Amino acid sequence: MSLVNEIDYGTPASRSERMVTLTVDGMEVTVPEGTSIMRAAMEAGIQVPKLCATDMVDAFGSCRLCLVEIEGRNGTPSSCTTPAMEGLVVRTQTNRLKDIRRGVMELYISDHPLDCLTCAANGDCELQDMAGAVGLRDVRYGYEGENHVFPAAKTDGALNARWLPKDESNPYFTYDPSKCIVCSRCVRACEEVQGTFALTIEGRGFNSRVSPGMHEAFIASECVSCGACVQACPTATLTEKSVIEIGQPEHSKVTTCAYCGVGCSFKAEMRGEELVRMVPFKDGKANRGHSCVKGRFAYGYATHKDRILNPMIREKITDPWREVTWEEAYKHVASEFRRIQYQYGRNSIGGITSSRCTNEETFLVQKLVRQGFGNNNVDTCARVCHSPTGYGLKTTFGTSAGTQDFDSVEHTDVVIVIGANPTDGHPVFGSRLKKRLRQGAKLIVIDPRRIDLVRTPHVEAAYHLPLKPGTNVAVVTSLAHVIVTEGLFDEAFIRERCDWDEFQDWASFVSLPEHSPETVEKLSGVSADLIRGAARLFATSGNGAIYYGLGVTEHSQGSTTVMAIANLAMATGNIGRPGVGVNPLRGQNNVQGSCDMGSFPHELPGYRHISDDATRDIFEKLWGVTLQDEPGLRIPNMLDAAVDGTFRGIYIQGEDILQSDPDTRHVAAGLAAMECVVVHDLFLNETANYAHVFLPGSTFLEKDGTFTNAERRINRVRKVMSPKNGYADWEVTQNLANAMGLGWNYTHPSEIMDEIAATTPSFAGVTYALLEREGSVQWPCNEKAPLGTPVMHIGGFVRGKGKFIRTEYVATDEKTGPRFPLLLTTGRILSQYNVGAQTRRTANVVWHEEDLLEIHPHDAENRGIRDGDWVKLASRSGETTLRAKVTDRVSPGVVYTTFHHPATQANVVTTDFSDWATNCPEYKVTAVQIAPSNGPTEWQVEYEDQAKQSRRISAKLEAAE
Amino acid sequence: MEMQTASTDIAARAIEIIDQLKSAEGPLLPILHGLQEEFGYVPPETLPLVANALNISRAEVHGVFTFYHDYRDHPAGRHVLKICRAEACQSMGGDRLAERASELLGVNWHETSADGAVTLEPVYCLGLCACAPAAMLDGEVIGRLDDEQLQEIATEVRL
Repeated sequence: MSLVNEIDYGTPASRSERMVTLTVDGMEVTVPEGTSIMRAAMEAGIQVPKLCATDMVDAFGSCRLCLVEIEGRNGTPSSCTTPAMEGLVVRTQTNRLKDIRRGVMELYISDHPLDCLTCAANGDCELQDMAGAVGLRDVRYGYEGENHVFPAAKTDGALNARWLPKDESNPYFTYDPSKCIVCSRCVRACEEVQGTFALTIEGRGFNSRVSPGMHEAFIASECVSCGACVQACPTATLTEKSVIEIGQPEHSKVTTCAYCGVGCSFKAEMRGEELVRMVPFKDGKANRGHSCVKGRFAYGYATHKDRILNPMIREKITDPWREVTWEEAYKHVASEFRRIQYQYGRNSIGGITSSRCTNEETFLVQKLVRQGFGNNNVDTCARVCHSPTGYGLKTTFGTSAGTQDFDSVEHTDVVIVIGANPTDGHPVFGSRLKKRLRQGAKLIVIDPRRIDLVRTPHVEAAYHLPLKPGTNVAVVTSLAHVIVTEGLFDEAFIRERCDWDEFQDWASFVSLPEHSPETVEKLSGVSADLIRGAARLFATSGNGAIYYGLGVTEHSQGSTTVMAIANLAMATGNIGRPGVGVNPLRGQNNVQGSCDMGSFPHELPGYRHISDDATRDIFEKLWGVTLQDEPGLRIPNMLDAAVDGTFRGIYIQGEDILQSDPDTRHVAAGLAAMECVVVHDLFLNETANYAHVFLPGSTFLEKDGTFTNAERRINRVRKVMSPKNGYADWEVTQNLANAMGLGWNYTHPSEIMDEIAATTPSFAGVTYALLEREGSVQWPCNEKAPLGTPVMHIGGFVRGKGKFIRTEYVATDEKTGPRFPLLLTTGRILSQYNVGAQTRRTANVVWHEEDLLEIHPHDAENRGIRDGDWVKLASRSGETTLRAKVTDRVSPGVVYTTFHHPATQANVVTTDFSDWATNCPEYKVTAVQIAPSNGPTEWQVEYEDQAKQSRRISAKLEAAE
Repeated sequence: MEMQTASTDIAARAIEIIDQLKSAEGPLLPILHGLQEEFGYVPPETLPLVANALNISRAEVHGVFTFYHDYRDHPAGRHVLKICRAEACQSMGGDRLAERASELLGVNWHETSADGAVTLEPVYCLGLCACAPAAMLDGEVIGRLDDEQLQEIATEVRL
């Protein structure tokens, strides 16, 4: 094994289709017009010395090392900023160039510490490489003059005012100004790639220094710790602390991030089995070489001391845990599940698949339920996030997935972001979107809260529609009203791709006066002008794309809003080509995949209904069983049935339903009523407090498999270390299945993928060999699309004709009143992820150590609440306490919090209202009251005690011999 | 408490100046000039206000502000004397005159005299090479600077 080395071409690729041919050092090379001479040379295999150029940012031309000579031109232009042209004859190495380069290097080195042997970048330093490349042998200027290197002069000990101490404020990287060569790669990476603009060069001339914010510490600046600057730095100035601690990596593998639905590709750079650092992979088609703070840095949970490594059992949930062997654990679960089924019937047990686990693992869990348990009681956490997406897009377009790839955003002219907060929830996509917006694309934000995208350096939304939570359908339908009544719809597209009669029916529906902006203003709180302006902009600005998140789906009318969005895209002709489309931003790394793999009680893999005889037949033949033809229980139904006494056992892989599902008390009651709750997870999560069996899970670093991201992209996950618990999750499920007598014998996840491909048309062409060759593919991948499908519905919809659906606005039953006058909505923050099981066990807590309640100054003042006060948050379901943050990001009447910390228990407050079509819970709207408080509620205290009790481990297993 | 009021005043006045100038093309430099003209320096606490008004980052404003030597981050003396330190003036005895100025005023480069009367600053070329050595007092250029004139300036700034 060795390091996966990526070629740095020095400047970004040109997109031009016109080609030019030039000669570099006697070699002919043909490149797209607009390519730099530096890049052209590199394509011919000739490396021009460089320091300030790297292909993640535009050429800058400041280091003066990459100079070349061009026949017929004067001087020595820099090859990074000079475009290749037809017929140029370029020389990259002449005596004159050699002298210039050596002179430049002498100047650099005269102000640089000579501590290469003890430097963290030793072996991975471009300055060192260039000193070698230009043949630097001597520095005529010496090292004693003005410098940034030494804290005090060697001669007289006088303090050196130019010297700056190391900035270690960021938990993941250090900034050592004494090693900086002021190439400004970090500044440009922060601007061009990440789009945060947190860095600058302060001063001028010899005084120039990199400055976070206004000469602040990194942690105090605008920095979001994405690490692009660290990746861009050619020296040890910005270095991962892990590299300083461990040393340079010696081998690496390309794998896929296990955080959000963007699904970034990373190189996991290793030394032995120790992970040294994660570096985003340039060929990763979702992230194109970028990352966020979670993916790049927050992997420490994988080796956290809280990880449970031995299986455990207990009779009652009030007992302490007892460690047992794997065999005992499997035998116990198998016999308990069989006993329960014997006693309470075949349908008395079920399973929950995980959106964190691989496709292969998810496939096996649903197979265990269908083949082994003999029922369809399988569900997944997508139930609580994007099930309305599946339903809505299947109904209107014919597929339960987003229509585009992420590259599509580069062709977009106008974007609607609704109920999503990409810069926090999907940061790498957020950066790619911001890049496009800086190039001039227009932005419409529909969100109750002023998310960062509404106004952030160099990006400003043309329209922000701050609607009242729960009024999505009304507002989106009203946008359609404007588009239809003002004749802005795309008639040609609709006539060709959709059913014209259905369109007319829908058009007459949306044209009703009750959908006019003026009427909708009254219930949504969004002024009619904004709705009209936004609708006109979207319909008339070229390629229009809609990106949405859980702010759309997690409502009682979630499915309706998804369909309203689909209607809007069809009416404006924005489907079926790059730059347009309907794009759900999926929350978890493999939530798309877990849905694809048949995790829902009514669907077999590939979204085929369980009642379909032909589909069932395929699996029945292969698995040798008869499948039930009726859908099984959804998660909320399982919990209800448990309380009723008919559902008694459950296998939960990698999901913490107690913390993530709504109405915590109800979830707790359901779990407490069961006789055998099996939790398969990395940590003793909140759900495990109610478990009888705990099976240790493995991290994404410890197994092979695939994740499918929000753009339907199937990415490889590659094992870089042995599972600390001994087994990958797919092996555990297989062993459990075999303990139940199923006789599975998969030896590698690729064999599971083969079974998926053999049974599921949209995956028919997927093999590990194909993924190895192509890097990744987007489903459908089959005979018709052997290399996958980046953009869907080209030339026609999957279901045939696009279907317009009437979207009647029905206000949620969750209403404000005198007792609960405010509306609570929930969301995420950049540094934390979901229930926080992973990120809370990393240094990411420095950015967000507790959940805060955002409240408008007006509402705060009425209640005598000041910034930082403890407040009680109460709804009809329950109450909890947390600290207040007074801010005008939320409108009066709306409060907002995150749900990353179990102590907050935000879901104690949320209700059990849910989407009419899919039961997706209505997390985003809860009527609440806020009052000053002194500390935790009774429930929080009780819960804390119960959790502590429940996590006791009494009998440790002797170390394995 | 008084400090608080003062900085609130600065912020309020700064916002007025920023609002007046922000619609100009390339408004950042005019705004920084406007602030310096108003307050005699650019109060550091106004930089985030500028960033916010122009929808750019604090870092960017800081980068531009620190690039130009003419922007001050603290108030100067009542008078500002700039002496040219560039090559043409050096060749005409500028170095010696600079030393003399420092002695007469009792300050080093970039320093303001204890009585707040005068700030001494180096400048790199005033475009007056033909009349070297050159200087500038409170914005007025002075050619063929000599000891006598320096003496006069030193007296004048203390009046």
